[in-house]
Amino acid sequence: MTAPLHEPTAEAAPSAAEEAAAAAAGEKVVQGRSLGRIAWERLKRDKLALTGGIVVLVLIVIALLAPVITHLLGQDPDTFNEKLIDPLFGTPTGSLGGISGDHLLGVEPVNGRDILARILYGARVSLLVGFLSAVVAVVLGTVLGILAGFFGGWVDSLISRVMDGLLAFPQLLFTIALVSVMPNDMLGLSGSNVRVFVMILVIGFFGWPYIGRVVRGQTLSMREREYVEAARSLGAGRFYILFKELLPNLVAPIIVYTTMMIPTNILTEAALSFLGVGVKPPTSSWGQMLSSAIDYYESDPMYMVVPGVAIFITVLAFNLFGDGVRDALDPKASR
Amino acid sequence: MTTQRTSGRRKQAFAAAAAVAALLTTAACGGGGSDDNNGSKTGAAGFDAANNKVAQASLVKKGGTLRFGGAQDADSWDTTRGYYGFMWDFARYYSRQLVTGKAEPGKAGAELTPDLATGLAKVTDDGKTYTYTLRDGITWEDGKAITSKDVKYGIERVWAQDVLSGGPTYLKDFLDPKGEYKGPYKDTSKDKLGLKAITTPDDKTIVFHLPKANSDFQEVLGLVSASPVRQDMDTKSKYSLKPFSSGPYKFESYSPGKSLTLVRNTNWKQSSDPVRKAYPDKITVQFFSDANQLDQRLLNGDLDLDINQTGMSPQGRTTALKEHKANLDNPISGYIRYAAFPQSVKPFDNVECRKAVILGADHVSLQTARGGPVAGGDIGTNMLPPSVPGAEGQKYDPYNIAGADKNGNVEKAKAALKACGKPNGFSTTIAVRNNKPVEVATAQSLQASLKKVGITAQIDQFDGSQTTGIIGSPENVKKKGYGIIIMGWGPDFPTVQGFGLPLWDSKYIAPSGNNNFALINDKTIDGLFDQYVTTLDDAGKTKLSTEINHKVMEGAYYLPFTFEKFINWRGDNLANVYTTDNYSGTYDFVNLGLKNPKK
Repeated sequence: MTAPLHEPTAEAAPSAAEEAAAAAAGEKVVQGRSLGRIAWERLKRDKLALTGGIVVLVLIVIALLAPVITHLLGQDPDTFNEKLIDPLFGTPTGSLGGISGDHLLGVEPVNGRDILARILYGARVSLLVGFLSAVVAVVLGTVLGILAGFFGGWVDSLISRVMDGLLAFPQLLFTIALVSVMPNDMLGLSGSNVRVFVMILVIGFFGWPYIGRVVRGQTLSMREREYVEAARSLGAGRFYILFKELLPNLVAPIIVYTTMMIPTNILTEAALSFLGVGVKPPTSSWGQMLSSAIDYYESDPMYMVVPGVAIFITVLAFNLFGDGVRDALDPKASR
Repeated sequence: MTTQRTSGRRKQAFAAAAAVAALLTTAACGGGGSDDNNGSKTGAAGFDAANNKVAQASLVKKGGTLRFGGAQDADSWDTTRGYYGFMWDFARYYSRQLVTGKAEPGKAGAELTPDLATGLAKVTDDGKTYTYTLRDGITWEDGKAITSKDVKYGIERVWAQDVLSGGPTYLKDFLDPKGEYKGPYKDTSKDKLGLKAITTPDDKTIVFHLPKANSDFQEVLGLVSASPVRQDMDTKSKYSLKPFSSGPYKFESYSPGKSLTLVRNTNWKQSSDPVRKAYPDKITVQFFSDANQLDQRLLNGDLDLDINQTGMSPQGRTTALKEHKANLDNPISGYIRYAAFPQSVKPFDNVECRKAVILGADHVSLQTARGGPVAGGDIGTNMLPPSVPGAEGQKYDPYNIAGADKNGNVEKAKAALKACGKPNGFSTTIAVRNNKPVEVATAQSLQASLKKVGITAQIDQFDGSQTTGIIGSPENVKKKGYGIIIMGWGPDFPTVQGFGLPLWDSKYIAPSGNNNFALINDKTIDGLFDQYVTTLDDAGKTKLSTEINHKVMEGAYYLPFTFEKFINWRGDNLANVYTTDNYSGTYDFVNLGLKNPKK
């Protein structure tokens, strides 16, 4: 026995101690830190979630390094290679959509742009929109949800009705209408950046009620707890209680909902691009690639398979990771 | 001429995938066509066998049902209101005109020949008076004779634009440019024939009095909008549901957007009609919401041909080219696909900047985006379609578009930019319809090649159904900064006037529904058009057409992409098939027949 601090003991000891401490004292610093540690230990044991997390990390790195990777491969997402296109049919020459040593995933029909480069650049749009719109939704949802739950009364009624209204709103149709009337240049942005900005705002704005409801419910159940009462009796202000007492306890559900929201947002972005209201050409996006692949589903199926698989892998990875995080953060969840 | 088929059918495409896969198997089992040009086992005449020549005329047998399919119904079957090219072609089944295009392939098809009239017009008074005599034995579907008053009434309907909108208005513009006549529905005279520009001395004679000569007037009388309509049978806006026939077939049933059936008009006499052969007994049209579905039915042999005549969609086209080449024709459509440079948007007010775009563009890439040399067409080098008299095709190529600089010439383009005062390039916006994937592809190609010369272009996709208000409004074009507009245009009738007048004459710049996108306001071009309409001899007209085209190209207002071609399906059972320039390279419907009427 040369390893005194073996894994089982290391894991069991703090969690047991921690649970006892939480029940007895309810001291906020210890509680916050310990919760994270329990979760991490649980997550480490969940192989599926861990794989998902690694894939997500890899995707983020790929998206960040897209220009470097494509440069190293000697490709560019916007360069036309018509020499690789059969002029009669408009499809790539060679098998499997023109896969070759130069073009690892083949080339697009008609213009011969490198698909791998476009997929890599497309990841940037997908992840950017997915993450930032989730941030918008989380910030709005948390602030408004916590206010509704804590203050109750007319504040709660107002915010809750707004959430009900937004949940009933036809988000996709609204976005299509909104994007088509947006100017080409706005707030110093132009072209695709305007579209990305609008997509982030709209997807985020329509996403916050989902988080808002959860946060409101949690706040309602927590605001009468003893430690809140204790803080109140010691003379703590409303905002101190809100942000120092309640918010740390809401971190777990918020993280869970965020990880679940990102893949949904990525799919929404793909759907919008598919419908032609996403990024503008020549900026590449997975949804847009799928939509232009439809005209070639028979003669060049690879063109449709590649972006489809990219979306599938990304969403699956996020979902697996999200599930794992939820299980890890919620001790009562049964496996 | 308005374009027909829309291309926004993405969702259906998914649904069709399975069906296409099934179809592929069937096609493979059927033995398919062969690649040689001398016909196939299935009896198809061979690739391009009906392009500008007659295919299998000797195999035609009288009788049977000719089966059309379409992805889009006509805008209207009312002869006054239809503007789609295929509608004009099809309307010859149930309507006759004073004069019409010859029943001959190619260029000859666009020449006029007498139809209801005994001969071409007697032109007097320096081209201001046209007189026709009607032939004997011409009848309506109820057996009554067609009179000159019926012809006049039919033409008068063009004036009733408030009730019968949509069709071409050349007759009105030529005969009554000031709009003094209010149309037959507001006519106060008893017989409703108050239009002074047309007189009918007797039932067999009709005389047209033009306020100003127009050398294309007879061409306009050859359009279906000059068909006779009988007053007691005029159901006004409902006329399109059941036009009263003067031709060899009459409407049996019509359900808009679904199906149309024509049967023989037993009162029509072959002896009275030198143009129409009327081989089949019955003509059916079936409409589909999805072009891919239509293409499958054609490939399966369930239908004989596509009524829309805009070419097959990419999926069906690929299958057809690979397996049924003998069933295909590859005619020139008469359309030119192009980019126009509105001069109101800086820096396109400077001719050198316009030239820079033309010189910098990669024309082969643009052609590939349009579908390549077969499905897209030859690289366009000037702005006059090859089917129009006076056109020179690729021989006139002032910017070396199809020659040495076909992949774009960066140095020349940069030199032009310098001359324009923008040595470092500039940025602009390309406006393109969002419902035409091929046009979006051309916009991307242009964007990519312009980037190489330092011109940064942003692509703005607008709602394709809102063309008149978006790019048709010069004010909006200026506001949005659309420096490059991607469009296409085909001739209403095959002359320089029928093609170019709305595009190039300064009088046609309109606040809405404008087609002179480049806002060309050139006294020389206007003057040449004025000269053209008063020139009566064909040689003079041809020379002026060429000259107008040259002036337009010298102004660098347009970047032509292609002289459009399309891939058209010809069913195995069709006989006596030929394309005609009269209807932009489509098949002449009225003389199609079947080889085996029982099939």
